[in-house]
Amino acid sequence: MSQDVEGQKVDAGKRKFLIAATSAFGGVAAAGVAVPLVMSMLPSARAKAAGAPVEVDISKVEPGMLLTAEWRGKPVWIVNRTPEMLALLGKHDDKLVDPKSEMPQQPDYCKNATRSIKPEYLVAVGICTHLGCSPTYRKDIGAADLGADWPGGFFCPCHGSRFDLAARVFKGVPAPTNLVIPPHQYVTDAKLLIGVDSPKDHSLQGS
Amino acid sequence: MKRLKKFLLLLAAVPVIAFASEAEVHLDKAPVNLSDQDSLQRGARMFINYCLNCHSAASMRYSRLQDIGLTEEQIKDNLLFTAEKPGELMKVGMTRADAKLWFGATPPDLSVIARSRGADWLYTYLRGFYRDPSRPTGWNNTVFDKVGMPHVMWSLQGEMQPVYKKDGEHEVVERLELVKPGSVTLAEYDAMVGDLVNYLVWMGEPGQVQRKQIGLIVLAFLAVFFVFAYYLKKEFWKDVH
Amino acid sequence: MAAMEKLMGWIDDRFPLTATYKAHLSEYYAPKNFNFWYFFGSLALLVLVLQIVTGIFLTMNYKPDSELAFASVEYIMRDVDWGWLIRYMHSTGASMFFVVVYLHMFRGLMYGSYRKPRELIWIFGVLIYLALMAEAFLGYLLPWGQMSFWGAQVIVNLFAAVPFIGDDLSIWIRGDYVISDATLNRFFAFHVIALPLVLLALVAVHLVALHEVGSNNPDGVEIKKNKDPKTGIPLDGIPFHPYYTVKDIVGVIVFLMVFSAIVFFGPEMGGYFLEANNFIPADPLKTPPHIAPLWYFTPFYAILRAVPPMFGSQFPGVVAMGLSIVLLFFLPWLDRGKVKSIRYRGPIYKAFLAAFIVSFVGLGYLGLLPSTPVATIFAQVFSVIYFLFFLLMPWYTSIDKTKPEPERVTG
Repeated sequence: MSQDVEGQKVDAGKRKFLIAATSAFGGVAAAGVAVPLVMSMLPSARAKAAGAPVEVDISKVEPGMLLTAEWRGKPVWIVNRTPEMLALLGKHDDKLVDPKSEMPQQPDYCKNATRSIKPEYLVAVGICTHLGCSPTYRKDIGAADLGADWPGGFFCPCHGSRFDLAARVFKGVPAPTNLVIPPHQYVTDAKLLIGVDSPKDHSLQGS
Repeated sequence: MKRLKKFLLLLAAVPVIAFASEAEVHLDKAPVNLSDQDSLQRGARMFINYCLNCHSAASMRYSRLQDIGLTEEQIKDNLLFTAEKPGELMKVGMTRADAKLWFGATPPDLSVIARSRGADWLYTYLRGFYRDPSRPTGWNNTVFDKVGMPHVMWSLQGEMQPVYKKDGEHEVVERLELVKPGSVTLAEYDAMVGDLVNYLVWMGEPGQVQRKQIGLIVLAFLAVFFVFAYYLKKEFWKDVH
Repeated sequence: MAAMEKLMGWIDDRFPLTATYKAHLSEYYAPKNFNFWYFFGSLALLVLVLQIVTGIFLTMNYKPDSELAFASVEYIMRDVDWGWLIRYMHSTGASMFFVVVYLHMFRGLMYGSYRKPRELIWIFGVLIYLALMAEAFLGYLLPWGQMSFWGAQVIVNLFAAVPFIGDDLSIWIRGDYVISDATLNRFFAFHVIALPLVLLALVAVHLVALHEVGSNNPDGVEIKKNKDPKTGIPLDGIPFHPYYTVKDIVGVIVFLMVFSAIVFFGPEMGGYFLEANNFIPADPLKTPPHIAPLWYFTPFYAILRAVPPMFGSQFPGVVAMGLSIVLLFFLPWLDRGKVKSIRYRGPIYKAFLAAFIVSFVGLGYLGLLPSTPVATIFAQVFSVIYFLFFLLMPWYTSIDKTKPEPERVTG
């Protein structure tokens, strides 16, 4: 469509095209400025360095003991579970929210009865899935304050959430899900690397 | 207009007059080439071996050396002298108090030294050490008189002695002369210092090569944008008489 | 479309959106003869926005602590994704702001944009310029390099030259006996919150005043004197939108090309935008051999140095420097010329303006150099010309032979 402006033809189509093209370029320019700004809010090289995988020597963790490592500013527990502790794990499935670890709270290679690569070593992020407190390690079976049927596990002091020794949450407590198992792998039998997924071929997996 | 020209002429004369009194220190041109990754890698090794004992580069992460073609494994195996993980900063074990005691001054952090001193100054400085028994370290420097730093690379360069010339009242160092050869020739030493300075320039801003690449894209984009915007303006301004 | 109209109607019943759009864009009539010099107002606004946005993101990672500040800037340059770009945009933006503002002010001088009825626009503009200088000065301390430290030291000590209360005043400004952590922290607060708010408010009133009286133009004739009797629209006016929006986009792109060329290929700009000595952390015990303020302050710094100490005090120099800026406020009343634009001025005014510009640039250049006896004499001559431009203005503008202004704008 053409119209006359003071005797001169106005090419509306040309204007439309030029407006569209200029707007498109303007939009790209705006995005070009916005993207670096948004990206600058991602973790910096310092944060990434601090969040780098952590190597932990687990040779000194005696049976029944808990070692706390720090990974990405969070406590990661390494528990050397005794055979007695492991034996109790299967006995209270009916009291658990997610006994079979159906929810994605662990890497695939830990979706098993002990929620671990090696049965004896539990590696879990020690942050309660309710509101982020760090639960206490309570290995004393049948502890007076936790009830006679307490099989040993973790008790969150903030709101009383309870987890067993495979870091699975009990029914009837505020926490909705099991504790998170972080990606980890065994570099050697005594060296645990937290933060990197275990390779597909678990040659060191002692199951 | 005449008046303006007169002023401009006067203005042009100002720097000549103003600078006439300042002594000139001749600086050699540093062979900086940031696209030469081999040179940068050699420079990085020199830096870590010779400089990082006393000087830190506390803004620089070892892992950033990947930008000059080193792999994380190479960094981990060969270059991590003052750190445990490649993600760590190039810090130094010596405390500031110790440094002050030993050298009379704290060795400056070298992260951005090339940006404050300039490549040519560093290149001349690192090749400008000479024997001076009057100094506590036994060394002096042509561009940094009474420098606190000893000649760290003397075993490479050897010992130099100054040749003086008379400049009015003062005796000034005209050039340096090799009196005791080091483990490499002077030409090789110059090349090694060249690598080191090249690395220091790169470390001053590790992203500078990438910055220029992005700049080209941005300018090309704006050039095309300009064409459309220009014709848009021209089209609309047809209405205006 | 109907839904859109309905929405607009809904909003307009509650907020004057359409009315505001019309008043300031589609039915704001600007003279049709704007030239090159008229790009710099909108460019200044663009740079202001860029500075605020990049500043917000720098604040996310910068640490206003004398122990951490220097390293935090390098942290932004290296560890933060795209931090280098944000920082260079901000440092380049600071200098480019002054480039644009100086050209914008020069435009005002040339075409008499400060004269009746635009006196308040000019005064708000000078206030913006003052706030901008304060903002730049405060911001320059933040990288905590040698130039940051010693530049602030010298400028704050100017206040110490004020008779009687000077010492106490400078200590109060610093919050310490030297420039220190306390100074850095308060400069940070002023730089990121206080002055940006003042700047935004001043820019707002600058624009409101402009749109109240309408823009001047290179001919200096009022377009509102010749209106279409039927529509009431100035005959030489065109709607700001779309005509000046599309034109300003072209200006913006050209500006961004210059801006990007600096940011990406030479952010130090040969030491004028980022000084080599500012890559050395602040050291209160060691002054760099030669300190000069950043280029946009050097004309005033040269005036300061040109005035010799009198009665054992630097105060006269400080007064001269202050006066050189204060005089700008009186410009609308100093000018007695019969015409506004340089196009119709006589030779005397043109000569004075040329001498003024040469002096201003000359002072700026001299302010960068170390003080020498010859340079001081030049600076004194230039300073005298600078002041005479203002002080003699009532005289030379009234005797100057002007050409007649046209009835309508030309070209």
